[in-house]
Amino acid sequence: MTHRFQTRLDQAHARGDYAALLELIPYANLIGIECTREGDELLFRLPANKDNIGNPILPALHGGVIAGFMELSAALHLLVSTGAPSLPKIIDFSLDYLRAGQFRDTYATCQVWRQGRRVANVSVTAWQSTAAEPIATARAHFKIEEPCAP
Amino acid sequence: MTENSLLERATRFVCALRHCQVLGITVHDASNTGMTLLLPYGPAIVGDPETGIIHGGALTSLMDTACGIATLCVLPEFEVCPTLDLRIDYMHPAAPRQPVYGFAQCYRVTADVIFTRGFAYQDNPQQPIAHVVGTFMRMGKLLKGAQGLSATLDGEQA
Repeated sequence: MTHRFQTRLDQAHARGDYAALLELIPYANLIGIECTREGDELLFRLPANKDNIGNPILPALHGGVIAGFMELSAALHLLVSTGAPSLPKIIDFSLDYLRAGQFRDTYATCQVWRQGRRVANVSVTAWQSTAAEPIATARAHFKIEEPCAP
Repeated sequence: MTENSLLERATRFVCALRHCQVLGITVHDASNTGMTLLLPYGPAIVGDPETGIIHGGALTSLMDTACGIATLCVLPEFEVCPTLDLRIDYMHPAAPRQPVYGFAQCYRVTADVIFTRGFAYQDNPQQPIAHVVGTFMRMGKLLKGAQGLSATLDGEQA
């Protein structure tokens, strides 16, 4: 990991502001993901953006964008919650689409259900109007870097 | 349906999807056995700035679209088919500065759902960078938005 990334990660932890960290990830900028911390909880937000639309007639967000938003949320959540030294690598990703993603802001929260030495299991819930009515749920496995042996 | 008209319909479908245009996705090949889409490499879809490797989200957009468009291969008339679920297994990271191809096919069609599978590859289809399965819901022809999209596919002004 570069020094710059580590520095911004440390600053983000300290301030609870992750914008400078996200700036370093081009795909995060492309879809426009934001991250805020409320207490100990991380909340991810994907502001409504015409470039993220799939179905032009409804209009609805592209399913791939919703997936990318959730996958990136899960990786960042893991990065922040475990203090991992680098962005975790995705192993597999499975998501269920429950409702059409309307052309409006989308939110996501994550839960690490299991963190082993090498692999972590993370679930993600994405919603628009209320968390009780998710538009998609997902779970992912990530390979996490083992801490260097002393 | 002739393969040529299938390619044209698939191309119009991709052109109608804004996010696919942002990613630069095009139809590489269309036949009755499946669809192959192309995702060009670009700095904007990089997920790891240190290696230049693209983010899984761009790959997922490619494969979700490929699986969704593969439904054109098996349906006699256009139907809106939203994704029910999608699973992606990452075999290895995509090599930077190279395009990614996404192949998808339908392997079972019922009255209500369509089962699709596919894989993403770069140089060699025998060494995929990801495997995908996706299930799509058949909503029929009369769903809101279906006729407008259908007209777009037929090349009419929507």
